[in-house]
Amino acid sequence: MAGALINVPERAKRGEVIEIKTLVSHPMETGYRRTQLGAPIPRDIIRLFVCAYNGTEVFRAELHPAIAANPFIVFSTIAIESGTLTFHWTGDNGFSVTESAALTVV
Amino acid sequence: MGAPRRATRLAVLTGVVALTAVAFAAEIPLAERRSGYEFMGRETRAMQDDDTANPATLSVLEGAALWTRKIGAAGRACADCHGDASATMKGVAARYPAFDAARGRPIDLEQRINACRVDRQQAPALAWESRDLLALTAYVARQSRGRPIEIAVDGRTQPFLEAGRAAFQRRQGQLNLACSQCHDDYWGRQLAGNVIPQAHPTGYPLYRLEWQALGSLQRRLRNCLVGMRAEPYEYGAPEMVDLELYLMWRARGMTLESPAVRP
Repeated sequence: MAGALINVPERAKRGEVIEIKTLVSHPMETGYRRTQLGAPIPRDIIRLFVCAYNGTEVFRAELHPAIAANPFIVFSTIAIESGTLTFHWTGDNGFSVTESAALTVV
Repeated sequence: MGAPRRATRLAVLTGVVALTAVAFAAEIPLAERRSGYEFMGRETRAMQDDDTANPATLSVLEGAALWTRKIGAAGRACADCHGDASATMKGVAARYPAFDAARGRPIDLEQRINACRVDRQQAPALAWESRDLLALTAYVARQSRGRPIEIAVDGRTQPFLEAGRAAFQRRQGQLNLACSQCHDDYWGRQLAGNVIPQAHPTGYPLYRLEWQALGSLQRRLRNCLVGMRAEPYEYGAPEMVDLELYLMWRARGMTLESPAVRP
């Protein structure tokens, strides 16, 4: 059961810098660990996070091993117009989560 | 004349040792108790204070979904009996472990949830530390955040509390350590790079950065026991619940922070 938490201000003034906080549920298994019996644990990480604002990409992050489980990514953008922010995480083993948040610009 | 002097010196030394033993065996005075939160760094505190940054929130949301899911042969959800958890579960986690008449002994919150699953929902019990059990526990405990811990001690629970206290003060393991030696005598000092907290379980189940996951108090206790090179109690063992009962009673009146974040 994959889930994500998004924290975006509901409304902002035009031209204002807004902070966006995202938290996604993922174990981020590095691929470097082994079980107690010595068998390697296969890598299972999120590879890419992308945020689009009304279809325009405003933030992108490539993730690697050694990034903590349940990655918490905070970034900012400028409120230009009312619309939707979409968030997309993709990773190993077909991991894919999409979330969206509405933003009203006054 | 050397012998009597040596005897005196020995007597004085024994006296000092005895005094130290008495001075160190005391429990922490109520007014000096501090939550593990107060020993954490600024960043970790900020993580706990902001629900969006606290990864345990993901489990709370999962727990909320499980709360209304019909399962088992009875085809019932938790919500079918208990209704809205934000009203009915308020303060519940602050009272556990609590005495269960059917079992004749105290049980902790995880055991209560599983008892409900088996008896009322007629579903198989959830495994210890499983994702679903942690999620449900976190969801129930979240409803008591900010409430004072209030463990009822009466004639029925007293013997179990005393057993827990004895376990806390008993030296065990290859290092021959008692829990109280670190947590009553040396709290606030360092164990390698970590500050030793006072062992008040104010935030369980909690997200431990070291685990990269949510975990129960029993997982934490097993960690400590392994660190002392003692044989850890099994999950759900009576000794484990006695110890939980004593620790929660020790933290009576302190504010529940569940689900907390710890380093």
